[in-house]
Amino acid sequence: MSATEQMTKSTKPKLIVIGNGMVGHHFIEQMIQSGAHEEYQVTVFGEEKTLAYDRVHLSEYFSGKGYSDLAMTDGSLYVDNQILCETNAKVVGINQNEKTVTLEDGRDAAFDKLVLATGSYPFVPPIPGASRDNTFVYRTLDDLDDIREAAKTAKVGTVVGGGLLGLEAANAVKNLGLTTSVVEFAPRLMPVQLDDAGGSLLKNMIESLGVDVHTSTATTQIVDGEECVHRMEFADDRFIETDLIVFSAGIRPQDALAKKANLDVGERGGIVVNDFCQTSHPDVYAIGECALWEGRIFGLVAPGYTMAKVAASHLMSSNDLSFTGADMSTKLKLLGCDVGSIGDAHQNTPGAKSFVYRDDLTNVYRKLVVSEDGGKLLGAVLVGDNSYYDTLLQYYLNGLALPLAPESLILPLSDGEPKGLGAEMLPATASICSCHNVLKQDIADAIASGSLSVGDVKAVTKASTGCGGCSALLKKVVDSELLALGVEVSTDICEHFSFTRQDLYNLVKVEGIKTFDDLISKHGQGKGCEICKPAVANILASVWNDFVLKKEHISLQDTNDRFLANMQKDGTYSVVPRIPGGEITPEKLIVLGEVAKKYKLYTKITGGQRIDLFGATLTQLPLIWEELIAVGFETGQAYGKSVRTVKSCVGSTWCRYGVNDSMKMAIDIENRYKGLRSPHKLKFAVSGCTRECAEAQSKDIGIIATEGGWNLYVCGNGGMKPRHADLFATDLTDEQLIAYIDRVLMFYVKTADRLQRTSVWMDALEGGLDYLKQVVIEDSLGIASELEAQMALIVDTFQCEWKTAIENPESRKLFKSFVNTNGEDKNVVFVEERNQIRPATEIEKSQLIATTV
Amino acid sequence: MNWVKVCSYHDLVPQAGVAALIGDKQIALFLESEKKQVFAVSNWDPIGKANVLSRGLMTDVAGKLTVASPLYKQRYDLLTGECLDDDVTLSTWDVKLENDSVWIALK
Ligand code: SRM
Ligand SMILES: Cc1cc2nc3c(=O)[nH]c(=O)nc-3n(C[C@H](O)[C@H](O)[C@H](O)COP(=O)(O)OP(=O)(O)OC[C@H]3O[C@@H](n4cnc5c(N)ncnc54)[C@H](O)[C@@H]3O)c2cc1C
Ligand code: SF4
Ligand code: FES
Repeated sequence: MSATEQMTKSTKPKLIVIGNGMVGHHFIEQMIQSGAHEEYQVTVFGEEKTLAYDRVHLSEYFSGKGYSDLAMTDGSLYVDNQILCETNAKVVGINQNEKTVTLEDGRDAAFDKLVLATGSYPFVPPIPGASRDNTFVYRTLDDLDDIREAAKTAKVGTVVGGGLLGLEAANAVKNLGLTTSVVEFAPRLMPVQLDDAGGSLLKNMIESLGVDVHTSTATTQIVDGEECVHRMEFADDRFIETDLIVFSAGIRPQDALAKKANLDVGERGGIVVNDFCQTSHPDVYAIGECALWEGRIFGLVAPGYTMAKVAASHLMSSNDLSFTGADMSTKLKLLGCDVGSIGDAHQNTPGAKSFVYRDDLTNVYRKLVVSEDGGKLLGAVLVGDNSYYDTLLQYYLNGLALPLAPESLILPLSDGEPKGLGAEMLPATASICSCHNVLKQDIADAIASGSLSVGDVKAVTKASTGCGGCSALLKKVVDSELLALGVEVSTDICEHFSFTRQDLYNLVKVEGIKTFDDLISKHGQGKGCEICKPAVANILASVWNDFVLKKEHISLQDTNDRFLANMQKDGTYSVVPRIPGGEITPEKLIVLGEVAKKYKLYTKITGGQRIDLFGATLTQLPLIWEELIAVGFETGQAYGKSVRTVKSCVGSTWCRYGVNDSMKMAIDIENRYKGLRSPHKLKFAVSGCTRECAEAQSKDIGIIATEGGWNLYVCGNGGMKPRHADLFATDLTDEQLIAYIDRVLMFYVKTADRLQRTSVWMDALEGGLDYLKQVVIEDSLGIASELEAQMALIVDTFQCEWKTAIENPESRKLFKSFVNTNGEDKNVVFVEERNQIRPATEIEKSQLIATTV
Repeated sequence: MNWVKVCSYHDLVPQAGVAALIGDKQIALFLESEKKQVFAVSNWDPIGKANVLSRGLMTDVAGKLTVASPLYKQRYDLLTGECLDDDVTLSTWDVKLENDSVWIALK
């Protein structure tokens, strides 16, 4: 039965929603939440072929997410609440007088109330040639599918429009592997959000990433190209050639239906609504990007959500909520560059003053726009570093009094951390999450009624479940609220142990505890969880260096440790043998190649100077390792929280600049520390001179050869939050160097929190680097020899876990895809790409599996 | 009920999971060894979209026995198959132990 047929059966007043985008969907959620859906027979018509999905994160469709990841519901929300929803159903007409809508296929449906949530459509400038083949817009999943398809045969891609969405599209085009340029009509990028200085800095940053930026450029026509599909000709007689073009030159409200039905629309588009989101016909509402409120269109999702809430409440005859406009501040990461814009970024307020901080060396620009008396923040522009955004936004949104020297809010601080505005200073009305309109008070209320963790508060208030931009602030507010209530912010590692990791480490060591069962029966409760089990397994390994697959330890290990390999997305594993210092004989290289060939493994040189073989099944793992171990390979422990790689340069043996044998030192060090399990992974590097080819200053332990010996750097890392290592000691002898590393590492193992890398650990140590120097160099705690002895035990008891595993029949039994048969997982399917295997995508799989059975 | 014998009790790993293949259905078997209790849920991770749940950690969430997906860590109640962190549910099967053999009731 179609929706139109079902509708006629109900006796309730009929509510039709046109458009099932983000706002249309949120409107349904609001109706359900308030019970309003029971008062109406609700029907939704959406033009797209799928139910609503998260358009804000649309670009992630190119970075591996599928429709189901982006979908806002699997449909059950509609079915469970008796809401009829038709996709692929475009509404083509509204009859105001008869109160019916007409669908494209000719059906009519009657309504008592109507909600337009038709969003907007991408504006394509009227350039001759703009509708040629291989030109696209960037709005829907279908658009992205088309772009992806075209990119397969294209080399060059061009985005018309250098605004927010244009740059996002440019990033996508670049990630598809095309040479990318951006053409912008205005004299700067992001003209709406940025001022000239900010825009030109952003342009520099983007150009340095290899994306060409043409500002002040008007395209006059698009014709056939000579080397590429198109030639874009510009007003100043220049031209560029490109294979595909994405237009992202702004959006226009989708008001065609409203116009046809003679509802009031704005001069430049948009369906006129009042504070209750009613259009010129009181029974017809408009919400989201199609609505025009006080002459303004809101091209962000948060204001649309607020409109959805207002309309849902007004449909229940309540005037309590009204739409009062919305803040359009934004922060984004575009092509890897932070950009933030708050309030009056262009300093349009009469009398406004500004502060500017600009650093062309590292591409950072920050501007504060303040009121005439310097007391209030009116706006801000940030380029290059958004860590200042949250604090500034709170000053702006809440009208907080600025500090006496407002510039301190944008000046760099010596420790690199922006001066945060303590969460406790925010007023109760401070907006914490703008996507879901959650105020500080809402969070306090949620906590008062029993949500005592960030996770619970998120579930109750929905804060931080939209764009996610507010998650750091949310955590701060939750912690400060808990503290204010006298609830101690728990440092317990989980519900099973009322101890920190450091406490547990000490208990294990002092009481000689060797198993999880022993520890939990003496000091914990329950059976353990995904937090305490691996943490305790890790502590036991750090202290006793027992074989991790001993019967009593198996059930504690996270999957990678349990199978001594890293699980990949399809459930297969990777194999990473240790290649100390990156040095490898041709014989061993050949064996790696042969093994990879024999087992058909995808082969790649890793970022850590070694070789990774991907796509092994559980059953294959011991067979592969048997062959590798036979020629002298050892486990690389790529799966463990343990020592990964020691990166090295060739050093003085070959290099004309080398002042010491970095290669030998790297190999010695890798062999010394290779068995160590630690709170998080550890990476080392050794460079043969200050040219630093091994990038030692970005490692947990970095060593650089000097004329006088070795300089030691500690606590650096790359990854999510890169941090340079700090110089710890200079001109050390080999022995001193090893002693210091022993001590630093063991002190870290002993005192760090679980999954805390050395940099975060050191920053959290009271006294920081100086304190660490006192403990390690001056032995201020008198534990230096104990730390060294503990390390000696680890070094002496080293075993290659894979060797132990394949020699032990009990542990070999673990490596079987199924307990009851020798079969393999049929869902593991590979296809070939660039002469190697790769996991098939869902779509490929459905075709391949379907055709083989 | 249609009971089929899957494996011996000793093939199971205490406080952890193993996978079994029955027909073309993959089932994850978890052993709570203190109570000699075996749970059977689907091996398919509906979120990670791979047959991996048998390789997840068995965890105790406020007294509820669950398995955490080894891919993205969502937790599933071993008794009901319900996901604690998302809107999905796993199929479950009845299990019995007889003379050291593990039996599953197929549906
Ligand atoms: C294979 C490799 C990428 C490659 O193709 O080159 C890789 C692959 C993985 N990295 Fe990495 N990382 C690899 C080098 C790096 C590097 C570069 C380096 O080591 O010089 C970094 C930045 C440097 C650093 O760590 O300070 C790096 C930063 C990360 C991070 C972020 C860590 C952080 O502190 O922010 C993670 C996540 C984590 O560890 O929690 C990670 C985690 C992972 C995991 C283990 C994710 C996972 O759980 O599946 C990947 C699986 C490895 C596998 O299946 O074998 N990988 N990863 C590289 C292996 C190096 C090796 O030989 O062992
Ligand atoms: C790439 C990209 C990135 C973005 N990033 C952000 C961001 O970081 N932050 C932010 O706040 N916003 C962002 N946005 C904007 C955000 O997605 C929109 O504000 C939001 O989707 C608006 O919701 P809506 O429901 O009003 O419109 P839409 O999501 O466009 O939904 C409208 C729906 O109505 C349907 N429709 C239209 N006409 C008809 C008809 N006649 N009959 C039936 N159905 C019809 C359309 O097919 C569409 O599915 C981004 C947008 C894009 C494209
Ligand atoms: S770091 Fe020094 S020794 Fe090593 S390769 Fe570079 S220049 Fe040569
Ligand atoms: S601000 Fe977007 S999720 Fe909170």
